[in-house]
Formats: sequence, structure tokens, C-alpha cells
Amino acid sequence: METQRITEHPILGVPEKGALVTFTLDGKEMQGYEGEPIAAALRASGILKHRETAKLHKPRGIFCAIGRCTDCVMVVDGVPNTRTCITALKAGMKVQTQYGCSAEKSW
Amino acid sequence: MERYNLIVVGAGPAGLSAAIEAAKRGMSVMVFDENHKPGGQLFKQIHKFFGSKEHKAKIRGFNIGEELLKEASEAGVQVKLNATVTGIFENKELTVNHDGAIHHYKGDSVIIATGAAENMVPFEGWTLPGVIGAGAAQTMMNLHGVRPGKRILMLGSGNVGLVVSFQLLQAGCEVAALVDAAPRIGGYGVHAAKVARTGVPFYLGYTIKRVIGTEKVEGVEIGKVDEHFKIIPGTEIKFDVDTVCVAVGLSPMSQLLKMSGCKMEDNPRRGGQVPIVDEYGETSVECLFAAGDVSGIEEASSAMIKGRMAGLRAAYKLGYTEEYIMKDTEALYAKDLDSLRQGMFAPSNRGKLIEKTDEGIPVSMNLLTKGFVSDEEIEQYPGVTHQKGIHPVIECTQNIPCNPCQDACKKNCIKIGACITSLPTVIPENCGCSGCGMCVASCSGQAIFLVHEDFEPGFTSITLPYEFLPLPEKGTVGKALSRSGELLCDAEIVSVKSAGVFDHTHLLTMKVPNEFGNKARFWKLVKE
Repeated sequence: METQRITEHPILGVPEKGALVTFTLDGKEMQGYEGEPIAAALRASGILKHRETAKLHKPRGIFCAIGRCTDCVMVVDGVPNTRTCITALKAGMKVQTQYGCSAEKSW
Repeated sequence: MERYNLIVVGAGPAGLSAAIEAAKRGMSVMVFDENHKPGGQLFKQIHKFFGSKEHKAKIRGFNIGEELLKEASEAGVQVKLNATVTGIFENKELTVNHDGAIHHYKGDSVIIATGAAENMVPFEGWTLPGVIGAGAAQTMMNLHGVRPGKRILMLGSGNVGLVVSFQLLQAGCEVAALVDAAPRIGGYGVHAAKVARTGVPFYLGYTIKRVIGTEKVEGVEIGKVDEHFKIIPGTEIKFDVDTVCVAVGLSPMSQLLKMSGCKMEDNPRRGGQVPIVDEYGETSVECLFAAGDVSGIEEASSAMIKGRMAGLRAAYKLGYTEEYIMKDTEALYAKDLDSLRQGMFAPSNRGKLIEKTDEGIPVSMNLLTKGFVSDEEIEQYPGVTHQKGIHPVIECTQNIPCNPCQDACKKNCIKIGACITSLPTVIPENCGCSGCGMCVASCSGQAIFLVHEDFEPGFTSITLPYEFLPLPEKGTVGKALSRSGELLCDAEIVSVKSAGVFDHTHLLTMKVPNEFGNKARFWKLVKE
């Protein structure tokens, strides 16, 4: 599997991570580290698209990564508009691509 | 309603510094921050800071953050995280969203230290996944240990664009190009030079025409701009990249100040909508202060001093410190702040083209337009000498407020003098260098090399700062690169020095044929 994880950094050393846990993206099993932002786990696995916009159905992903821009929102455990860049990953989380404001694609 | 002597909004460098000053003087202090960790952006700053000892120069940003948190906790500062201040009303009353409800607070004094947000430029495809802010790149790689992409194009040559480009390289990404519509590099020349020597090409006077891709970034096209910043047809260049990073400045997040009713102004020199403040950061509303980037874009070192000044002033106004103590301490902080605001990059010089250094030496135009000083130009600076035996070569060519190299040299080979922005000078003959390398590791701009022109018959040795992985072993043969990142010749590593005091800057010594001794400034393992 493609990984974007840094195993050792010249200044920061080996990144400190929580336990490796499983979650789902649109029903598919994925892995990430507990406590890291959902967006980081997705990016590490090569997932860039988080949602499609309501009117023009354009893809969006991480943009500011600090919870300001809301471009990275997804449906997390049934809650739409969850900012994945500042929401910590937990084992068993159900993450879904957001279409407009819902996990159901109506177009 | 809860009441405090001081409420600080924002637990970044300015806010924490303000809170520390006030709490140390016996005030009850509460700091609110919307994030789940304190420190603002400091923990993403993995480079060594500029300045003098007083400014914590040569210490990496995240270590400064740790020190600040420790100091805050010792001073009794309370920090409430995941707490968003949603409003500020008459008599310094605040509404704060935390723990699932809106809570009501009142401060006898309030310091707003909310910082700044990144600016953006729209171009075709700018909303595609893979176009991110430079701050996002820093967050992903330096906080979460995830590379934002494999191959990246950086837009923006200010210090953020330059520093983040280098950090991307350190994280193991490839930087395809550094692009800026401006005709000249905006950030420190030393930051540009350390990126250029690794082989990253600079495109000044270019901007992004469009990002290619339907579901995500698959490439980017840049083009040269005319005097009206319009792309000239036929000048387009395409890059295969999966990520585009945008670093085109910051804007103060001054919404709360505006809401408070204090007098505001639109001041492009300070970064946009900012409060009108006095020298201590007090706004037109008594005991309401602004500190750090929210009252004018600078950098973390000055934000910390401005925070301390505001905290101290608040303590004085509420009777928690004597006037003479306040005045003495304030004078010290004012001096520190003033020294950071000197030199070519001083706020008063913003947007000006400076053609000569304070010493009267022409500023390298290659540095400003391509990111590196040419082999001919470098000879005119006082840190560059040729002498027998090992000696430092200091490629510091702009007047910036920084002097750790002077303190690092125990043999007194390096002089800056009383003026912190003067160019470092190397004693021109028999400087007495012992080759310890402390100056190389202490230079936040990675602009110091140790050169030994008669290392071996026919060979010159060059010791350079190295902050990449893997660290080569002695005996490894790679390539020497020029200041512009061009491959010059084979170069064998003859020594690798690592030490705690170097703080993760390793000293690589390579040997090159004499003809390349004054050209070779980087080392790379190149796969044939």
C-alpha cells in the first residue's frame, strides 16, 4: 500500500504515534494511528478526496489542515461536516465521503 | 460568569508570553485557545531561529514552544483548550464556546493574540485536492509525520515559502520548483540559498497559470508575468507534481478586535485590518490589548516580545507592578524588539529594493532573482576569505538581525560587533580557527562552511551543515553540488561529526579537487 508516512525525520526523529487501529472509509477497511487527525490517516494512505461540493460536485480535500477552512469535512460516525483535519481518529470510526451535506450521492 | 484579572485569547507565542508576564506578577490569568494543543504554530517550526541570545537564537521553534509552556505552567497560567472565543462585548465581557456550551467570562484586562491566517491566490484548479497552504504542509509533516505529497511546487518566496520548501526536502519530498510572481525573492537570502544549493530551481517573475487534474492535482503550469502580473503567452512551463503549496503571505485574524469596537485601520504594511495600538499594544479601548501577528504580521520572535510588553502593561495598569519596575523591564523588551526590527528586512523597508549592504557592498542580484550568490559575487563579502589552514567561510550577504556565529567562535575568528545586523567578518589572515565547527552548527541560515584549501595535495575539504537523512558514512562517494545546485564533481565524505550541542545539524566534510573548493557547497548521493 502507498504510504506517505515519515519513518524517521532528521530533526524530529521517529514520529510518536498512538496504537495502530482500523477504521472504514466508505465501507472499506483502512488503518491509521489512534489520536492522529483522520485527515492525516487518509493522506498517509494516498486518499486526497474528502468530499464533493453541493452545487458543482467538485472534489475537495485538505487545504489549511488547522480547522479553519472546512474544506476537508466528511461524514464521521454519521455526523456530516466533521472537520477531519482536527478530529482525532478512533478505532472503528466510520468515515464517509461527503456529497453536499450527506454521505448519499444524489447525483 | 467567571472573572479574571486577565483573559488572553490565543495560546501561541504572543498569548503565552503575555500570560506569563501577568501571572508572574500575581494576576489571575486565563488563556483560551480553540486548538487541542497550546503553542500556536511554534511546534511546526523545526528550524533554528534567528536573532541574538536574548531572542533565543539558534534554538529550534518547537523547543522554544516547550520552554514557553514550562514557563507558563510554573507561573500558574491556566490554559483552556478546545475553547473558541465567539464574541467580545462591552466592559471586556467574552462568550466562549467550550464543553458543548457557551460560557460567559469577564476580564479586568483582555489581550487578543489570535495570530494570522494564510492568504490565498485563486488560479484555475486551486480548489483541487492537492493544492494546500504552506502551513498545511508544515502541519502534516512536522506534527503528524505524514508527507503532504511526493513532488511539490511551492508558490511564494517569502520566508514561509523558503523555510517550508526546505522542510519538505527534510521530510523526504521532492520540491520541483519555487515560484513567485514578484521579480525578487521576498525572504532571507540565506533561506533561499540553502534551498537552491540542493538543486531546487527558482522561477521569479512567474506565477501559476493552472493546476491540471480532475479529481486531484496531476500537474501544474506556470508562466512568466508582464508588468501587470498577466501571464505572457508562450512562456508556460509544465511540471509533473502531485501537490501545490501556496505561501503568499498572512493576514491578521482581527475579527474579535473589530467586534470589540476598538479603532481599526487597513494597513497593508501591517498585513491588513489591524487595531490601532500604542507602543505597548493597547487599543483605543482601555485595558484591551493586541499582541503578535494580529496587530501586524512579523514573526514569532517579535510576537513573544510584544506579548510580554502587553502582559506587563496590563499588570501595571491594574496595579500589579510598580511603575519603576515596569519602566525598566519595558525598556529591556523595547530594546530587544528594536534590534529584531533592524536591517534590510525591517518592517520600515518592506517592498523596497536595497542595493547595498550597510557596509557598502552591492547586494547579490543573483541571490534575489535565482536564490544563490554567484561564485564571483561571493568573494566581496567580509565573511569570505582565503587563508592557509582550515577557516570559516561565511556566506551571509544581507544585513539581518542575527549573531550566534560570533558567540559560537571561541577563537574569536568571527566578528559582528555591537550592531546585530552587521555582516559577519572573518579575521582575514591566520584567523586561528580550530575547526571545531560550532559556527557551522550555530548558523540558523546554514550559511557557514569550513574550508581547508590545502587539505591534501590537490584537494580542498569543505565542511557543511547537513540536516537530511540518511546521514552518509565516512568514505561514501557522492556528488558535490554548487551554490546553484548544479552537479560539479565526485566528492568523498572524509568526516561526519554529530554532537548534542549541534542540535541535529550534522557536520559533513567532503573533499573536492581544488578547482571546486570555492564552488562546492552541498553534497548529495546521486544514483547513477
